[in-house]
Amino acid sequence: MKRVALFITCVNDALFPETPKAVVRILERLGYDVDFPTAQTCCGQMHANSGYRRDAATLARAFDDVFGGYDAIVTPSGSCAAMARDQYPHLTGSAIGQRVHELSEFLIDVAGVEDVGAVFPHTVTYHPTCHGTRALGLGDKPLRLLRAVGGIDLIDLPAADQCCGFGGTFALKNSEVSSAMLADKCANAAGTGAEYLAAADNSCLTHIGGGTSRSGGPRPIHYAEILASTA
Amino acid sequence: MSERGGAPGGAREEILARMRRALEGASEAPPVPREYRRALAPGTDIVAMLVDRLVDYKANVHHGAAAITDALAGARRVAVPVDFPAQWRLGTAEFVEDTALTTEELDAVDAVMTGCAAAVAVSGTIMLDAGEAQGRRALTLVPDHHVVVVRRNQIVGHLAEALPRLDPGAPQTWISGPSATSDIELQRVEGVHGPRRLDVVILDD
Amino acid sequence: MSTDAPAPRGDLVPAASLIPADAPFPKAAKVALGMPQLRANLAHATGTIRAKRAKVAGELDDWERLRDTAAAVKADVQRRLPELAVQFEANATAAGAVVHWARDAAEANAIAARLVREAGADEVVKVKSMATQEIELNEHFEAEGLKAFETDLAELIVQLAEDKPSHILVPAIHYNRTEIRDIFDRRMGDAPAGLTDDPAALAEAARLHLRRRFLSAKAAVSGANFAVAETGSLVVVESEGNGRMCLTMPETLISIVGIEKLLPSFADLEVFMQLLPRSSTGERMNPYTSVWTGVREGDGPQNVHVILLDNGRTGVLADEVGRQALSCIRCSACLNVCPVYERTGGHAYGHVYPGPIGAILAPQLEPGRHDDLPYASSLCGACYEVCPVKINIPEVLVHLRQQGPHAAGERAAMGAAEAVMARPRLWRTALRAARFGAMPWRRKGYMRRLPWPGSKWTVSRNLPVPPKESFRDWWKERDR
Repeated sequence: MKRVALFITCVNDALFPETPKAVVRILERLGYDVDFPTAQTCCGQMHANSGYRRDAATLARAFDDVFGGYDAIVTPSGSCAAMARDQYPHLTGSAIGQRVHELSEFLIDVAGVEDVGAVFPHTVTYHPTCHGTRALGLGDKPLRLLRAVGGIDLIDLPAADQCCGFGGTFALKNSEVSSAMLADKCANAAGTGAEYLAAADNSCLTHIGGGTSRSGGPRPIHYAEILASTA
Repeated sequence: MSERGGAPGGAREEILARMRRALEGASEAPPVPREYRRALAPGTDIVAMLVDRLVDYKANVHHGAAAITDALAGARRVAVPVDFPAQWRLGTAEFVEDTALTTEELDAVDAVMTGCAAAVAVSGTIMLDAGEAQGRRALTLVPDHHVVVVRRNQIVGHLAEALPRLDPGAPQTWISGPSATSDIELQRVEGVHGPRRLDVVILDD
Repeated sequence: MSTDAPAPRGDLVPAASLIPADAPFPKAAKVALGMPQLRANLAHATGTIRAKRAKVAGELDDWERLRDTAAAVKADVQRRLPELAVQFEANATAAGAVVHWARDAAEANAIAARLVREAGADEVVKVKSMATQEIELNEHFEAEGLKAFETDLAELIVQLAEDKPSHILVPAIHYNRTEIRDIFDRRMGDAPAGLTDDPAALAEAARLHLRRRFLSAKAAVSGANFAVAETGSLVVVESEGNGRMCLTMPETLISIVGIEKLLPSFADLEVFMQLLPRSSTGERMNPYTSVWTGVREGDGPQNVHVILLDNGRTGVLADEVGRQALSCIRCSACLNVCPVYERTGGHAYGHVYPGPIGAILAPQLEPGRHDDLPYASSLCGACYEVCPVKINIPEVLVHLRQQGPHAAGERAAMGAAEAVMARPRLWRTALRAARFGAMPWRRKGYMRRLPWPGSKWTVSRNLPVPPKESFRDWWKERDR
């Protein structure tokens, strides 16, 4: 059996257990043996991007210790995968990021599947998160997986490529600008009339969902949860 | 020389020393890849493309020497460089040779007519380098209407094919359509300080 | 500064006077966000130019290869800067130019002012130039009793409005046509009666206003887009013809050129002159490009001066990661795609270089003065994607954040978070504690109001509460 390690990310560890559960279900359905190293914590992105290089390097080394023994590490976060791939080489000289795959990369590039056998009879609009799209170069991989889902009705999100304004501590340090970006994203999302807004990062979804839960609009959902759904 | 900062302790030496200090221990820059296009796809109709791009930028395009009269559009006094070919001085206009015309004299003519050094199809660019039949820069700048005669063999497809045809040490003006601005709401408007009308006459040779 | 005869003063309020230039970015941004007309103008203009750029960049199937080449050429220039600067100086001098060197703004301004006086002039016409904005040449000239007249339409608008530029390419991007009409009407002095807000009519008014000045100017000041070391040539890229006027008509031409503008060879223009116009105005080629090499007898200025400007650039050069900011060709594509710039405009950045490029250039050119700017980004990466010379702006932003100072409170919080996250058992304990602590909100599902600094989040967003059962619990249960 093919063995993969699951990196669930600190955000999902703390707030969104359904997303990593979904990843486990998808991978096991495809015949993978999923390992969850329990010593995992955080990739260090918050520290690195907030300017705390030494703290980030400590967490990057810990990541190496936890996941060093695996050939493939799957994570439901474009942002954390990009952190390992782009920043670890500068932080610690580690090349482990080459073995870290965002879920859609793993499914399409490694497992070679686009149709994971999911069924989700709902209207969904998709927001391509910035780090996944630009830093990692996911392109339309998550969308290709979603298009293959049975019963799904995908609706284009206007100005989809615009950042939702999250940006980690940016949302706090530049709260007003971030909120202005969020307001536009929420208005565009609400305008689609979709039931769900899907994305590849729960951090961005926390932000968008934090807005739509006040202003109205689609419910946030990680696309892994759609792919895991069978009815 | 010291006023230009060249003396020891002057600006020149200090800036150069700062540069060298900043680069201490820097590794060699990797070789420059040059994988980009230097020509258009073979078989491209570059004359048609040039015309398309010129028209897109609101230049008027004419074909054949006989059309020079149309291009001049009734201009009565037309400035030309002294070496402007006689066979292109067509029609009833008075051709005023630029024998060091004053700015006021240039401002008073109805049009200016010149040749060019090269024309680039892909961007609709006419290039002047003060060479044959082109004159000095003020000549093609002050009059409000510029007529350029382009010979077929001066047209190239790509910018990279045009640069070797220019004299790099000579004053150059690359012209792509008439004077324009996008400064108001990013909307392009033709006609500000340079010639507001540009006519291009393409000659088969 | 006003031009010509005193014009009637209306109640025009320059945008820059409302947005505190010295305030930290978040504070200045908040003011800008509260100006609906400004935001509407910016959204309209940046939206227009984004679409144009994408279209003409998309026309070239070798766009990515051009970017790779441009990035490599600029890296090579930086590596060989002393050699190329000396080569440029030698070739320009041989062609009849006089090359000066200026360590900083004050030195460059003093040289320029002296040269204007030596030309027997007390005023100059100016081509739009970021370098002269950077060194505040106009203000320096005014203090010395000299007058500098901006001739680029947008710069003219800004100068007449007594405002400050808010964009690298289109300094008046924050004004719409009606506001520009009002500025001309009240400040130009010779604005045609009954001037409408038709952009063509506004351009015509600028033509009439400046024409006599162009034809009689004794001296001009310009910058340069490129300085070719191999030939000693300077290149100015423009649209309106005001550049050609300034570069051609006066007897004396003074060009102030940042040392990073060097290119090794004339043939390199085949790369940069494809990238620059398409990235800046979204055109296949800008209307006018001028190239000149020293003095040409009987053609153009006979006194040609070049001032090579450092003003902090060698400091940037010393930073291995940060020096890529010196590759910038000032196209402003990064401003036009930046979601932050689009909402705040340029004034909030408090520096002549705004937007993403400003956020990495300003703190490096003036160390210690703009430490807030590297944080004025969500790190979305749209800037890197469009940059024609492939400056990895997010990478430099993060690098500068890692170099800069941190507030003590934040430092403590980050240290505590690291201490927990670096110890898996502590991390699990903390997660359990959070789930327990969230119990009062569980039924509701989210928190709506948090104390500071959490209030910075809940000002516009709810925060989900930790779940009853964690993934770890589920995994353990399943494993059994």
